[in-house]
Amino acid sequence: MGIEEKAGNLGIVTTTLETVVNWGRTNAMWPLLFGLACCAIEMMGAQASNYDLSRFGMELNRASPRQADLMIVAGRVSRKMAPVVRRLYDQMPEPKWVIAMGDCAACGGIFNNYAIVQGVDEVVPVDVYVAGCPPRPEALIDGIMMLHQKVMREKISGKKEAPIRLDQPLVQVK
Amino acid sequence: MTEPITVPTPQQIIEPAISGRTETMVLNMGPHHPSTHGVLRLVLELDGEVVVNLAPDVGYLHTGIEKTMESKTYQKAVVLTDRMDYLAPLSNNLCYALAVEKLLEVEIPERAQIARVLLTELQRISSHLVWLGTHALDLAAMSVFLYAFREREQILDIFELVSGARMMTSYFRIGGLAYDLPADFLPTVEQFLAIMPSRIDEYEDLLTANPLWLERTVGVGVIDAQAAIALGLTGANLRATGVAYDVRKAMPYSGYETYSFEIPIGKNGDIYDRYRVRIAEMRQSVKIAQQAAERLRELGPGPVVTPNRKVAPPPKREITESMESLIHHFKLWTEGFKPPRGDAYVSIESPRGILGCYVVSDGSPKPWRVHFRAPSFINLQSLAHMAKGRLVADLVALIASLDPVLGEVDR
Repeated sequence: MGIEEKAGNLGIVTTTLETVVNWGRTNAMWPLLFGLACCAIEMMGAQASNYDLSRFGMELNRASPRQADLMIVAGRVSRKMAPVVRRLYDQMPEPKWVIAMGDCAACGGIFNNYAIVQGVDEVVPVDVYVAGCPPRPEALIDGIMMLHQKVMREKISGKKEAPIRLDQPLVQVK
Repeated sequence: MTEPITVPTPQQIIEPAISGRTETMVLNMGPHHPSTHGVLRLVLELDGEVVVNLAPDVGYLHTGIEKTMESKTYQKAVVLTDRMDYLAPLSNNLCYALAVEKLLEVEIPERAQIARVLLTELQRISSHLVWLGTHALDLAAMSVFLYAFREREQILDIFELVSGARMMTSYFRIGGLAYDLPADFLPTVEQFLAIMPSRIDEYEDLLTANPLWLERTVGVGVIDAQAAIALGLTGANLRATGVAYDVRKAMPYSGYETYSFEIPIGKNGDIYDRYRVRIAEMRQSVKIAQQAAERLRELGPGPVVTPNRKVAPPPKREITESMESLIHHFKLWTEGFKPPRGDAYVSIESPRGILGCYVVSDGSPKPWRVHFRAPSFINLQSLAHMAKGRLVADLVALIASLDPVLGEVDR
């Protein structure tokens, strides 16, 4: 199958450990089953029959953050929800990634008001921002593929980004 | 006279547990729980696995939509209504547009009226499909979800055809539609309506006589008509108890009185009856949409916005020829229209129940106050009444059968 047909009978493939580890991470990245608002419906659409996210090894949404690698923040984050989002992120084991799906999660979107956190990056570190209100399933899949490229560049010694310090307030209520 | 039904607050359940009550246990369900359909938090008081009492805690998705609408002009506020009940954005658009149109006393062209009915019925089908898929998913029937989303994608393609957006269309504007229907709209819709009844049969084959489905739904979450009315339950949840109340029949809007359709009702008010009612509603929606498509074909092309230039902008060509049109255009885009002082209330039948919109105008181009009677929010208060004495596993089925959309609950 696949590579053997193209390259002949390869007994040995040489590569680096990093490539193998990152390849494994990209091909079985389990997202957290976590929907907030409108974008969650498009996320469901991406997992359903027409767009079929299981092509990327992502058909398995884990309801428990302990078993998840990827948090897709799908929807607007209210000030009441923000501490919950942070707690869920903290409960996920390393290595973990975050996609901010939709304008609300990326920057507050059309809701510039007292209730909505202006971008989930005030609460958790975001790897990929997906624009749209709500983004089409294709846009989400594009974001996921972009994240895969990012993961392939990572060093196995750990993520480069420094984690957000927990002793600082997560959301500043004015 | 029966005793009044009360819904406890989360504090009323949590505090006795903190102060040393040990007979029952308090369990927190949500706001992150796969079967709460969003970010609903339930505080449960449990005796073993039996629910003794339950308090919903809402507000995890509070978006300030009603307040934000006060800072937008009437036409711009349409965009915000989309994001309330995000499974039925067009129903929200329609309710808000009807309320403002009542305030302005403008007439809507026939073609726009029919298109509104056709598209809201398609919206009802797509909303019920998400309910069906997620409801079955909660009770571990994965395949129904994949079937339901297959047809939902077709409806979303139709929405994309007319408006350019799959979900948040903002297609119904005050005074009519955003723009005319495209040429290939009718063939696409007719093609979809022709296959849809057989697809509904497919869902019924999977569930209606399925022993596992019957085990989880028949006789679970029962509510009688009297309690349902006392708790303000509306939509399919009320009709499942045997009350044939539908705003489309009781207080027709957008010309619903001229369409022939039935109100499906249930008998026992349990989860299974709600399922049967919603499935039957999808068939009725197909029927209404077919009638509307026929009328559109007969009517032929025509205007889709009101000719009232104080409300709807003139066509671009007129601006180059008429000074008055240019002034109308300028006033509408810089300031917006000013409805007279007063208020208006309109209710419609959204996929979840009675959706009401109350608009108060102080004579300025921005609404002084907009309030929505959100059916999901009011339906949710019956949860405690239905769940008492049932198992926690039944509660999962119960939440899904009420079909709440948290975006509408919290707004």
